[in-house]
Amino acid sequence: MAKVETGLKYAETHEWVKVEGEFAFIGISDYAQHELGDVVYVDLPSEGEYITKGEDFGAVESTKAASDLIAPVSGCVEEVNTALDDTPELLNEDPYANWMLKVKLADASELDSLMDAPAYEAFCK
Amino acid sequence: MRYYDHLIFDYSKSGRCGYTLPKAAAPEVSTAVPEGLRRASAPALPEVSEVDVVRHYTNLSQMNFGVDTGFYPLGSCTMKYNPKINEEVAALPAFAAIHPLQPVETVQGVQAVYAGMEQMLSAITGMAYFTFNPCAGAHGELTGLMIMRAWHRSRGDMGRTKVIVPDSAHGTNPASAAVCGLDVVVVKSNADGLVDVEDLKPLLGPDLAGIMMTNPNTLGLFERDIKQIAALVHEAGGLLYYDGANMNPLIGKVRPGDMGFDIMHLNLHKSFSTPHGGGGPGSGPVGVAAFLKDCLPYPHTEGQQDNETTGSSAGCTQRVDLLTCGPFDPQKTAGRVSAHMGNFGVILRAYAWLLTIGRQHVREVGPIATLNANYIKELLRDAYKLPIPSVCKHEFVFDGLINDGAREGKEGATTLDVAKRLLDFGFHAPTIYFPLLFHQALMIEPTETESKETLDAFIDVMHRIAAEAAEDPDILHAAPHACPISRPDDTTAAKHPVINWADLQAE
Amino acid sequence: MHPYIPHTPDDIRKMLDTVGMKSLDDLYADVPQEYIYKGDYDLPDAMSEDEIRRFFADLAARNVKMTCFAGQGWYDHCSPSVIPYLTQRSEFLTAYTPYQPEISQGTLRYIFEFQSMVCALTGLEVSNASMYDGPTAAAEAVRMAVASTRKKDVVLIASTLLPQVKEVVRTYASYSGTVIEEIAASDGQTSLDALTAALASGRVAGVLVPNVNAYGIIEDHTGFAEAVHAAGALLIEYCDPSTLAVLKSPAEWGADVAVGDGQSLGIPLCYGGPSLGFMACKKDYLRKLPGRIVGATTDRDGKRCFVLTLQAREQHIRRDKATSNICSNQSLMALWVTIYLSLLGPKGLAEVNERSSASAHYLCDQLVATGRFTPVSSKPFLKEFALDYQGDARALHKALADKGILAGVVTGDHRITFAVTEKRTREEIDCLINYVKEAAL
Repeated sequence: MAKVETGLKYAETHEWVKVEGEFAFIGISDYAQHELGDVVYVDLPSEGEYITKGEDFGAVESTKAASDLIAPVSGCVEEVNTALDDTPELLNEDPYANWMLKVKLADASELDSLMDAPAYEAFCK
Repeated sequence: MRYYDHLIFDYSKSGRCGYTLPKAAAPEVSTAVPEGLRRASAPALPEVSEVDVVRHYTNLSQMNFGVDTGFYPLGSCTMKYNPKINEEVAALPAFAAIHPLQPVETVQGVQAVYAGMEQMLSAITGMAYFTFNPCAGAHGELTGLMIMRAWHRSRGDMGRTKVIVPDSAHGTNPASAAVCGLDVVVVKSNADGLVDVEDLKPLLGPDLAGIMMTNPNTLGLFERDIKQIAALVHEAGGLLYYDGANMNPLIGKVRPGDMGFDIMHLNLHKSFSTPHGGGGPGSGPVGVAAFLKDCLPYPHTEGQQDNETTGSSAGCTQRVDLLTCGPFDPQKTAGRVSAHMGNFGVILRAYAWLLTIGRQHVREVGPIATLNANYIKELLRDAYKLPIPSVCKHEFVFDGLINDGAREGKEGATTLDVAKRLLDFGFHAPTIYFPLLFHQALMIEPTETESKETLDAFIDVMHRIAAEAAEDPDILHAAPHACPISRPDDTTAAKHPVINWADLQAE
Repeated sequence: MHPYIPHTPDDIRKMLDTVGMKSLDDLYADVPQEYIYKGDYDLPDAMSEDEIRRFFADLAARNVKMTCFAGQGWYDHCSPSVIPYLTQRSEFLTAYTPYQPEISQGTLRYIFEFQSMVCALTGLEVSNASMYDGPTAAAEAVRMAVASTRKKDVVLIASTLLPQVKEVVRTYASYSGTVIEEIAASDGQTSLDALTAALASGRVAGVLVPNVNAYGIIEDHTGFAEAVHAAGALLIEYCDPSTLAVLKSPAEWGADVAVGDGQSLGIPLCYGGPSLGFMACKKDYLRKLPGRIVGATTDRDGKRCFVLTLQAREQHIRRDKATSNICSNQSLMALWVTIYLSLLGPKGLAEVNERSSASAHYLCDQLVATGRFTPVSSKPFLKEFALDYQGDARALHKALADKGILAGVVTGDHRITFAVTEKRTREEIDCLINYVKEAAL
């Protein structure tokens, strides 16, 4: 059974968002990493790039699948988790501790369209 | 098969060589390449003797399985026997030594091969013209879609950018459409595994370029509603594309041209017996209906010839009209899609096969391939899940084992495990995890060249594997046991790519 | 009965019984009757092997064997006898794509060797398992450049590229919305000034230039990489791989991607195919590289082995998001090239270039000495060169063709481009020169 961490917001495309003030951290859910299997590569944008809600901002690759990452919110990329370059398996080990991007939220109201933990849990069933 | 752990680089020793060159025809010119255009150091190629090379590649070959080694029940791949006379024909120096830019009067034999093949493939498929320029099936798909777009474009109909692809389609279909700049829209399959006509209707409109279908589809089922689908698509101004990957059961029985398809490709390396060569070279000729002739890519052989040259009788020394690569209309042609006229050497092989089959045997190809598939299906459905039980064509899909042996503390055997276990018994694995509609898909296609005895042996082994799974799935988890290597670690390979000799040495 | 269809009538009957059908036609009961083809197939009578031999011998006799001085992307180099002997081994010839690595280590290992050799020749870090041919590899490289740079839609191509390369690149680009612009040449070589000017638009994703161009000129790309990279674009070198034994490598020119046609590495002319395309790139672009890639790993017992890797990029998984629709390579031709390069080694391949170049320069000098030809350019060349002819180039070419000599390729009303390889003897070259002298055209 995939773990759903409380306190986060979730997109239907299985990205999670954690809000801290005007910033948001973005990652993929436990359900997503489980479906992918062994993650071998993560393609992420660079700092300073702008991501737009609903558009792809990168991709995750496993031995059996590759999946686009869809931005759950819009904003400018403040920081990229570079640890994922060499150790993409961190996403399998703990997808909630290992965020991918830190973005400066462009429009906090975009968060309203995301699911909370119980809703996401139901969505995954 | 025996494990052999060398690369040609292991044998390299400075000063060795494996070649001889003809006498120098002229004195060396030291000034030909100025210093600034020369490379700093020689490329790191191996230096080996001829004997080293012969033994090394012979040893490598002995770790390979081919059609000549054993049965290949690989779904959607049509791994039939590759006749040897074809190889003899393709090696003839009078073909192999021809430069593609030789004057056309001096290559009438070559041009006659193109013209003869065009005529024979048209007879078999019901299309009017063929281009042989695409080098593979996916290349044929792309070329076919280019023809589709070129036709709409030539009529000033620029807004047709959408192509419909069934959810059961080969993965290349949507990929080819994307490369051709088309937007892919998926049409669903109904409960019978066929294109859902009701789901199709709302997708049709003025932005429709066409639909890509394979019939029988990837589940091995004949799309019965093709007439209605063709009418609907044509009414909406779209064209029908036929993915010829599944043509084998129709050879000698049904012609795509008669079903309303406007464009199609064939894989000469599937239905027309040319060898796969470990992944190529293949050939993906594209056939079109008569109204699309001007949209064919160039160069294309033009000109009439009499029946003598296409082999209605054995002799063909009679002089025929000149075959040329005619002028083309730059406003209508799909363009140039490959260096010249495709993989001529492969086309020659397929020509030889067609002449061996001839009108007497063409009607046996599809039906016997279909009989073989249904025979395996009937005799294995007691051990493997059969999601679609109706009569299949050349191939069918199982959805894993009925009893995978799963129990407390033990995972059941998967389709991958069954595939790997088959290798131990001298059979190639079926296509696995495709089509995507089923989780444990095992797709089996036997082709007409396999005898009842071969199929019976395969069926026995599949039963034995099912019994092993029921008893102890670990036997399957650990397979293969009798191959040069056990299962490779794909994750490490993808995570830390080691993809050339220099990488390997740095390890 | 047919040798390729082993079923006896009794087999067919038994098998029909098993599937519960009365006749082979019943297997098609689900096909609407109107689609069952009832006409006669317009095919010739089936032939025996000997009839096939005779048939193709007759067809072959309608081709004229010519002494080849033509190039333009296809070169008549020597090819060791070992190569077809080994590539025809049925374990290689009749194998499928190596999706089952446990029984495909032969194919996987030679592809790994092929990749290593392409990397050695180009100086780049990554190579795929091969593509259809040089022009389609160039078209894929253009797609890769557009995919690797964000929101840029122009690709610059040298006007000096071979026509088939330009045409295939233009064809592919015309369907994907990429704008192709040609870079002008001066004195037969791609102009850095013209390139720099074209890059100023800020819309350029990639630049495709030949290492040896359609005139046979060895291009000098000094300053190209700096200009291209400053504009945020990728530099793609289109190379004749044989020449890379002696010429500056794509990596030395600072290229990001190298492509070309493998035919010059001992592959028979065979009317232009099969050959192969190669494609190499810097490590940064590994995940954007189309086609198959073989990588080393270990099996469960720790044995070294090889697999198709990075498959998630490919069409069967990514479908319309894949890097390309390509799902095969020209595998057997990659084996051909790998064996060729093994036999020749660095020294042999350099000798091939030196011999070809010496002969080409000899022919060029002799033709110019007739007083009826002038060189198109003064730039350095190896095995191919273009001359302007004072008379009708087509008439001269035809006159020589009638003598069994393929005297280059006519590339203009008054222009012929000749290629000479190490395979041409002094007698053959002198014969060409003498016929030219005799021809009063």
